[in-house]
Amino acid sequence: MEKSLEPILKDLQGKFGATYEEFRGELHCFVKAEQIIDALTLLRDAHHFELLSALTAVDYYPQNAPRFHVIYQLTSVSKNLSVQLRVPVNGDQPKVPTAANVYKVGLWRERELLDMFGIEFEGHPDPRRILMPDGTEGHPLRKDFPLGYEEPQFTFNYEEIDLRKPYVKE
Amino acid sequence: MAQLEEVSVDLYKHLVSERALSGETMLLNMGPQHPSTHGVLRLLLELDGEIIVNCIPDIGFLHTGVEKNMEAKTYQKAEVMTDRLDYMNTMGNNLSYVMAVEKLIDVDVPPRAQALRVILVELQRIASHLVWLGTSGLDLAAMSMFLFCFREREQILDIFELVSGQRMMTTYIRPGGVWRDVPVEFEKAVRDFLKIFPKRIDEYETLLTKNPLFIDRMVDIGYLSKETALSYGVTGPTLRASGVDWDLRKARPYMGYEQYDFNVPVLTEGDTYARYLVRIQELRESLKIIEQAMNKLPMGPVRSDNRKFVPPPRSEIGVSMESLIHHFKLWTEGFPAPKASIYSAVESPRGELAVYLEGDGGPKPMRVHMRTPSFDNLAVLPEIVKGHLVADLVAILASIDIVLGDIDR
Repeated sequence: MEKSLEPILKDLQGKFGATYEEFRGELHCFVKAEQIIDALTLLRDAHHFELLSALTAVDYYPQNAPRFHVIYQLTSVSKNLSVQLRVPVNGDQPKVPTAANVYKVGLWRERELLDMFGIEFEGHPDPRRILMPDGTEGHPLRKDFPLGYEEPQFTFNYEEIDLRKPYVKE
Repeated sequence: MAQLEEVSVDLYKHLVSERALSGETMLLNMGPQHPSTHGVLRLLLELDGEIIVNCIPDIGFLHTGVEKNMEAKTYQKAEVMTDRLDYMNTMGNNLSYVMAVEKLIDVDVPPRAQALRVILVELQRIASHLVWLGTSGLDLAAMSMFLFCFREREQILDIFELVSGQRMMTTYIRPGGVWRDVPVEFEKAVRDFLKIFPKRIDEYETLLTKNPLFIDRMVDIGYLSKETALSYGVTGPTLRASGVDWDLRKARPYMGYEQYDFNVPVLTEGDTYARYLVRIQELRESLKIIEQAMNKLPMGPVRSDNRKFVPPPRSEIGVSMESLIHHFKLWTEGFPAPKASIYSAVESPRGELAVYLEGDGGPKPMRVHMRTPSFDNLAVLPEIVKGHLVADLVAILASIDIVLGDIDR
């Protein structure tokens, strides 16, 4: 771990009781869902992390508590530092408060996570699906969502395949 | 076929102004089939006459589930999916993914492979900027730009065909190095390009940079402030045109970028014209990098000799039983990667292209997330088009240089 990351880690540990992991020089801090907004605000205002580079999630199915990790990859442009915050979320009714008020990145990336993982972001101003069509059932990037297979349709067998094709349920 | 449902304004109630609900302003649909949206992007515009009040982008028409598909493939085989993301930056996508894999399994890359990667990625940057320049010229009715730019781009694609056999879907950069060494014609092809291209940039600039019609359409249009850009996660030339000096090639050098002498163009105006100037200057900087890398290009192997992760050369397979076993194991089963996660970022022509890669101890990734720059760059569009004319929207959209394959993944 870089020396300049130590005060940041201490701050996170002191204020939020964050635990941490290190792998190949990257610092991953675990923060509780209730505290994530405070942690992000602290990092942005006190430690100059201006850029929320990535906002994504991982599904650890079949493990249920926690089933997901929501990942906040923060970059400090002025100090050239990176830190990753991870928020473990339980599988039934996953909910995290929205980060859109701290970083506007949340406006679209949180919609993506809602779409792909079904993680709800409380207080998000526009909670619609972003990539999949409206009315899609399920969340594609969850591990229990099948990868799927679609038969190619040609003019001679279009109708035949169309009959047994699993469309989005109407 | 599935039933089509009529879309009502209720769905967008919270996104448009009060005036749209009373019918005072008009909702206009732009795209997904529209020449100026650079792909299949749909924009729902709320218009007061010609003035944009609100803009609601609708994406996902090109969503192909790349991330999900990559989870079902071994680390080597998942790489071909990365070509299909940002089809203007295939080498760069390969590099970002391959660097993530290398970081996860901890494999070193020989210096010759590193230099080759830099040359090809910079050529790709030029090719990508040429498409941007051509299409944004086309959007502003400078048709000849498109023809000129595609002429030079063709030369770069020929170089790619020479080294990888493919013009666009190259998959040339592989974990541990590159696919194979470049052919002897490579040096001459790149040198030829280096010789003619500076003059060509001057040609483009005489056509556009001081052109009063062009300046009228570009200056003070689509102002993006530094704070807004950072908050929305905007990166790349779009961020640098707003006055933030942030280039991953300089800030966190990878693949030996620290050996090359180049500048990062930064402008503070933050308008469409500044974004144009930054990219034009980047063309010249990329040329500098390629020239230095060509001069320094060391001899030696182009693939790591760590046989547990990198397949042995073809010539060894016939004579060495071990090599045969390694080859067989790598292509049937793949290599195991540790149960850990890494985040690795490179500077693509559009910004920070990063890969979040998590292994589960087996030969297939457990999660691959491509942090694609166009996604975040497009998210800022509604903010910067407000109060502009519809015709300016086209110029602004062209200036943030989106690729829909990159956005929808």
